[in-house]
Amino acid sequence: MGLLTPELGLFVWTLIAFLVVLVILRKAAWKPILKMLNERETGIAESIAAADRVKKEMSVMQAENEKLMAQAREERSQMLKEAKETKDRIVTEAKEQAKAEANKIIVDAQQQIQQQKLAAMTEVKNEIGNLAVEVAEKIIRKQLSSADAQNSYASLLAEEIKLN
Amino acid sequence: MSFKRIFSFFLLVLTLSVASLPAFANEGAKEAKEGEKFNASEVIFGHISDAHEWHFFTAGDFHATLPLPVILYSPTKGLSVFSSSAFGHEGHREEHEGYRLVDEDYKKELNSKGMGEADVKAMKVGSVVAADGSKVYDFSITKNVLSMFLSVILLILIMTSVAKKYKKNGVMTAPSGFQNAIEPILVFVRDEVAKPNLGTKKYARFMPLLLTVFFFIWINNLLGLFPAGANLTGNIAVTGCLALVSFLVMVFNGNKHFWGHLLNPPGVPIGVKLILVPIEIISLFIKPIALMIRLFANILAGHIIILSIVSIIFIFGKMGANPGGGFGFSIISVAFSIFMFCLELLVGAIQAFIFTNLTAVFIGQAIEEGHHHADENGFDHAHSNEEIIL
Repeated sequence: MGLLTPELGLFVWTLIAFLVVLVILRKAAWKPILKMLNERETGIAESIAAADRVKKEMSVMQAENEKLMAQAREERSQMLKEAKETKDRIVTEAKEQAKAEANKIIVDAQQQIQQQKLAAMTEVKNEIGNLAVEVAEKIIRKQLSSADAQNSYASLLAEEIKLN
Repeated sequence: MSFKRIFSFFLLVLTLSVASLPAFANEGAKEAKEGEKFNASEVIFGHISDAHEWHFFTAGDFHATLPLPVILYSPTKGLSVFSSSAFGHEGHREEHEGYRLVDEDYKKELNSKGMGEADVKAMKVGSVVAADGSKVYDFSITKNVLSMFLSVILLILIMTSVAKKYKKNGVMTAPSGFQNAIEPILVFVRDEVAKPNLGTKKYARFMPLLLTVFFFIWINNLLGLFPAGANLTGNIAVTGCLALVSFLVMVFNGNKHFWGHLLNPPGVPIGVKLILVPIEIISLFIKPIALMIRLFANILAGHIIILSIVSIIFIFGKMGANPGGGFGFSIISVAFSIFMFCLELLVGAIQAFIFTNLTAVFIGQAIEEGHHHADENGFDHAHSNEEIIL
């Protein structure tokens, strides 16, 4: 059948045309296009890899930041706690010191009062003694104008000494 | 596009086709004058075979044909080049420089001269023979060759302009325009055809061949769908040539492992070897033959179906006293041929892909490194799934 017998001319022309297209397109089209496509694909892959890397770095940095923040927060609360403790201590110390001071002042005051009281008492005693001596002198001068009286009195005194 | 718009577009096409029917009917009428009956097979074969002139249409006695250069080589007379118009017009063929274009008249003439019936029958209508019966080699720029040259020019223009765009826009710019249409196909051939079949390391060497095969077949399939277009990829010489190219690439790239498995399959008893090796050798040659026939038959069948559907109009028109039947059937016929054209658009791309893919599969088998061997029972499994399909 006519359709199934290949014609030599068409066969040869096809071979020539196909090889010409192959050679021309290989050099002028396929190689540059495929090269460009490869370059683009590697470029895109690299960009994605770079983006991923940056993302990873970002997440690492974020984690670090959070760690730092947590640390800072902890430090702050620590400081607050310490400050409170210091405050409490100072207040307590001040209170105790004040108390001690007050006690000391009270003790001093009492001592002074005691001393002054003692001094006053001594003075009063001295004064009373002096007065009593003066009174007794005056009385004795008057009563001991007689010898009898003198004797009786001397014996009385002697009596008194014994009793003491 | 909404369904309604598609439907109205379809109606418009139908009306226009019916309106243009008188032109077709004219051609039918002319045929009728010659043979009284519409000869569908003659019309169809006229369209699908190669010719020395490009016939566009006939209106009445006017033949719109483009004469093409005839290049002949005869061992006795040497080279002769002349225009095909020297052979005269259809129905009035004449001899030129001792050569004659074979037509039915010439066959009758030869018959009356007392030439053998079988010899005359073997002559192809449309081919060139020497009047003295000597051997002639025909290297004419026929309709198919011219159409192929057009496709080659188109292909080179398109692809170089796309390549230029890549160079102009730089690597990291998104593709635009025609570049955008070509790139997915290119990437598809690379990622779905070349890489899986040839391996990621070796595929680059065969990419130019695969891409050229794919686009060459595809563009010629599409050009063949134009009215009055040449039936290039439905011609066995063309598909045979392409199959030969892929066969030669496969044979010359075959490695030790490939030839070893083919000629001396390891782990096979000698008795089985005697049967197996011839089968393997036959299968080696069947591969390109399958490629050749698959493309040829698919494209040819598409053309024949479309032409047959159109021919039905004229057959019906000739059946009754008036051509009303033809007009009536034309609506169905045109609808069918539109469907067939859409199908052929699909088939054109699919066949180009299949040819490319099978070429890649065959080359892949030839360059495959020995990583599999016959199992302990001596059975060698199929090289790939595609081999089973073949």
